[in-house]
Amino acid sequence: MAAKPKLYYFRGRGRMESIRWLLAAAGVEFEEEFIEQREQYEKLKKEGRLLFDQVPLVEIDGMRLTQTRAILSYLAAKYNLYGKDLKETARINMYADGTLDLMMMIALMAFKPPEEKEENIALVVKSAKNRYFPVFEKILKDHGEDFLVGNKLSWADIQLIEAILMVEELNASVLSDFPRLKAFKAKISNVPTIKKFLQPGSQRKPPPDSHYVETVRNVLQF
Amino acid sequence: MTGKPVLHYMNARGRMESIRWLLAAAGVEFEEKFLETAEDLAKLRSDGSLMFQQVPMVEIDGMKLVQTRAILNYIAFKYNLYGKDIKERALIDMYVEGVADLGEMILLLPVCPPEQKDEKIARIKERTTNRYFPAFEKVLKSHGQDYLVGNKLSRADIQLVELLYYVEELDASLIASFPLLKALKSRVSSVPTVKKFLQPGSQRKPRLDEKALEKARKIFRF
Repeated sequence: MAAKPKLYYFRGRGRMESIRWLLAAAGVEFEEEFIEQREQYEKLKKEGRLLFDQVPLVEIDGMRLTQTRAILSYLAAKYNLYGKDLKETARINMYADGTLDLMMMIALMAFKPPEEKEENIALVVKSAKNRYFPVFEKILKDHGEDFLVGNKLSWADIQLIEAILMVEELNASVLSDFPRLKAFKAKISNVPTIKKFLQPGSQRKPPPDSHYVETVRNVLQF
Repeated sequence: MTGKPVLHYMNARGRMESIRWLLAAAGVEFEEKFLETAEDLAKLRSDGSLMFQQVPMVEIDGMKLVQTRAILNYIAFKYNLYGKDIKERALIDMYVEGVADLGEMILLLPVCPPEQKDEKIARIKERTTNRYFPAFEKVLKSHGQDYLVGNKLSRADIQLVELLYYVEELDASLIASFPLLKALKSRVSSVPTVKKFLQPGSQRKPRLDEKALEKARKIFRF
């Protein structure tokens, strides 16, 4: 019997959330150990489980994987969410990297000075509306299919819906000029595994609050 | 039309250099179209050639690939520099992400405000000595093989050795207490394609000087 993947991170989104989304969408059950105290982090380091002394850490298939993208790529390949050939994989990587950039902007916002909050939110929303969303709207329009690549659910779709929902939390009307993305959001939300993940009680994490920020600062000492 | 990959970027290292290294190591001839002015960049954008309005962009196999990682992944796969299976790929990804993190710090040094420069350099040296070099030395020690993954040259070795050259430019003493890294650097530098790339007259780019930085500022408007 294969052990479930085990995720080591703070009790919040940060760099682990995309990994949770991908596992959930793939229908894979996973366990989580939440880092709340510096001692836990020191212990992980001392035990040599963190290659670069960083989390996220995912223990899966006998490996101790760190580095968010390495983990995501492994999961995408393992669960057939990475396209059918090299060219589809390249497109998926392009799209996923774009959405990851956008989501990292949002994740890092929580750690910036509170007085910059409004300005930062405006920047992220502008970036989403001017740089990222138009690209995906066009892709969906050009091929008229339900999914971004190869007419099949892939890592790129899962990341995009995660990004859309995150930006909508900052600005509820951000999709108003993007009809295809609205349809995409509805469609992907109804994929059974994703629908389940979107329900209360799943392992999906809420937006960062002051307790989360404090915990991270305390554990990583910055 | 030659069918060779075409690289679109400034005539400088930046985010394109690791792509040049990988292509060169794979023995792949490539062409370059250098951005010389802000208008060159504007044209690429208005042509619709840049998915997220950003370079690097590489024309290869009928695609216009953007996002450094997506491009590197495609090249690594295509030229068999990505391990033999999904688990080897996961390790390679983990290692190259670590290389990219340290590489990013070095990459951004020229644009750091002068008053912060000393601090940033100190931080880079500290991270190199305490985090990254020990991690890779440990990997090599753990299996005693000539290359990082699967006893075979992969992108992980190429990208790490590229980084070792940059660290050497910053401070040649940092590698002194890492014998296995020194050996890897020698070994990879002797691979005929890499040896050729390291010679004068190749497409390898020099360290950014004031003139090149000024030009970059004009093109990218920062």
